[in-house]
Amino acid sequence: MRLDVRKTYKLFIGGKFPRSESGRVYPVADSKGEFLANVAMASRKDARDAVVAARAAQSGWAGATAYNRGQVLYRIAEMLEGRREQFVAEIRALTGKSDRQANQEFDAAIDSWVWHAGWTDKIDAVAGNMNPVAGPFFNISTLQATGVVAAFAPQDSALLGLVNTIAPAIVSGNAIVVVSSESLPLPAITLTEVLATSDLPGGVVNVLTGKEAEIAPWLASHQDVNAIDLVGTSNFVELEIQAAQNLKRVIRKGDFARLGSKGSLNHITNLMEVKTVWHPKGH
Amino acid sequence: MFEYAPAPESQALVNFKDSYGHFIDGKFQKPGKTYQTINPANEKVLADITYGTEKDVDLAVKAARHAYEKVWSKLPGAERGKYLYRIARIIQERARELAVAETLNNGKPIKETRDVDIPLVAAWFFYYAGWADKLDYAGLGPNPQALGVAAQVIPWNFPLMMLAWKIAPALAAGNTVVLKPAETTPLTALLFAEICQQAELPDGVVNIVTGFGDTGAALVGHKDVNKVAFTGSTEVGRIIARQVAGTNKKVTLELGGKAANIVFDDAPLDQAVEGIINGIFFNQGHVCCAGSRLLVQESIQDELLKKLQRRMESLRLGDPMDKNTDIGAINSKAQLKKIEALVKQGEKEGAERWSPACVIPKNGFYFAPTLMLGVSPANTVAREEIFGPVLSVMTFRTPQEAVTKANNTEFGLSAGIWTEKGSRILKLADQLNAGVVWANTFNQFDPTSPFGGFKESGYGREGGKQGLAAYLKGGY
Repeated sequence: MRLDVRKTYKLFIGGKFPRSESGRVYPVADSKGEFLANVAMASRKDARDAVVAARAAQSGWAGATAYNRGQVLYRIAEMLEGRREQFVAEIRALTGKSDRQANQEFDAAIDSWVWHAGWTDKIDAVAGNMNPVAGPFFNISTLQATGVVAAFAPQDSALLGLVNTIAPAIVSGNAIVVVSSESLPLPAITLTEVLATSDLPGGVVNVLTGKEAEIAPWLASHQDVNAIDLVGTSNFVELEIQAAQNLKRVIRKGDFARLGSKGSLNHITNLMEVKTVWHPKGH
Repeated sequence: MFEYAPAPESQALVNFKDSYGHFIDGKFQKPGKTYQTINPANEKVLADITYGTEKDVDLAVKAARHAYEKVWSKLPGAERGKYLYRIARIIQERARELAVAETLNNGKPIKETRDVDIPLVAAWFFYYAGWADKLDYAGLGPNPQALGVAAQVIPWNFPLMMLAWKIAPALAAGNTVVLKPAETTPLTALLFAEICQQAELPDGVVNIVTGFGDTGAALVGHKDVNKVAFTGSTEVGRIIARQVAGTNKKVTLELGGKAANIVFDDAPLDQAVEGIINGIFFNQGHVCCAGSRLLVQESIQDELLKKLQRRMESLRLGDPMDKNTDIGAINSKAQLKKIEALVKQGEKEGAERWSPACVIPKNGFYFAPTLMLGVSPANTVAREEIFGPVLSVMTFRTPQEAVTKANNTEFGLSAGIWTEKGSRILKLADQLNAGVVWANTFNQFDPTSPFGGFKESGYGREGGKQGLAAYLKGGY
């Protein structure tokens, strides 16, 4: 008989896999309450480090061509496909879903990456436009990523809710710091291993595991975060109040559904800024 | 310098009532507890205005809700559009009267209200009138729905224009509104109420409640409003963002700015000087997107400043009703004191203050066009919005330094670029964190063109289909 080699579940910050600087972990149980793994419990410092990593990565990611971003997102789908067994096993263990249900969730997660991958070079064609102003000017409105997004993945979804929180943010060139579901974090960490091998620049996606209620206030009040997605939070009123300090764009609980294989263009554009450029026409 | 004979516009074009009540459910109410609104150019009282209470706000929201449910939401878009076209036409007909009224109550030059403010007001209604029966084409899928009752709070710098930016898209999308004009500039909003009556707009579709900040707070906080639209300071914007936390109210905030106007060494300098002047002295600098930070490439600083100072010496400050006036009155004593305090603070922190020789009228509130020279990036006048005719001058050497300095602010509303090099414009336009970028021009506005900021300049856009989406479900 051979003893299997277990995985240490760590954080994902700046493209690296550090333990929590606090040294803390918490036990994660399967759907029957049996111990599955010790998972890193992120601290305030980890959250701040993640924001720094996200900020450092954001302009480069936004500056990549839309074609390039589309290919990276598509590659995430490709890399996921090859890990089906592992994700399905983790989803089943954590949630008690049947094999069929777990496969369905996994399929939807892959399809969501493909759906989003196709948007990178079409957002402006659909949501931007030339403006026929009443004067001799060239006038165009385009959309660009708002910057660094802090997000809290839905608590009741092991993989799909997380994917549908990350993809709409990064498709346009945002960088994200996302806190996974507290009780269902294993697929989130496995997803980071996929992201790390998909040519996604380090720091574009940063994943923290731990207590949402502990980390959320530090991200909601962080002055270098531009937008916040409150879908997976419990104390969302207080967090929206804290987010007002630097006028973060807020995605409220319930604003966009997370459990389909398709997202919403409005979800994507809600994390973008419309920029209008004027230039005179003349000789 | 030429002498100019006075060329005053006639005040007889407008007749204000002695006192005004709120406009609720299609009717003017009896005035309640009132305060005086004045002409800031000479401090003379123009009318008594009602100080709106929570009860007044509640009455207005109820009227708007009733009109939404019983009338406006049932009207076909084409019919809503026809009301808006009617309003646009009446504004054009009464344009000169509205321009005079705006200048009297706001203090801005008649040439601006006549040539910029009021024409844009009419254009805004005409533009959004056409959207009312074309909502399916707004990019939000078939048959997008209105939100309901919109609470709208507007500032004093472009009183009627801000009203148009708020009311035209709201009504086109099928909402009804309660609007609170700024306490110092309520008169054109009340004239607009008369225009709604002349257009036979159904009762309760537009309601105007006058008053101060607490009146606005009562409106924003009212449980039965579905949309909040605010233009004003970032400070108040933060308060509103906190106030709506945890509700389903959709919010648009147009807040402060500290725009960089970047001039490169290859810019057409005479054109750039006109753009700089327009960028900071248009409307006495009471403009959230004003080009209040001049970033000039070091090699041309001396030449540009010489031209700029020469041009500033020819600016005419004085009676806003005079057709030759370039710089009118500061809107209020409070604003004048704020400008004076910020400029003093800037001097204390090492900036050198310069103004052309100019005669300041005895009565009324005026501030000479001012340059702050040798401003360090940490200086208060380089960071805080002054909202007055004060330009802070800084230099840069490379395009990258220009971008870094321009983006070194918590605001992100607008920016200007002056260069003959097209590729440089396009690169900078990408890199500047600003919702509106003017290249080789400044302070241009148009109803077809979305306007609004990044970062702490607020969120949401006004103008264009984006401005329409702000009043529809599923829009951004």
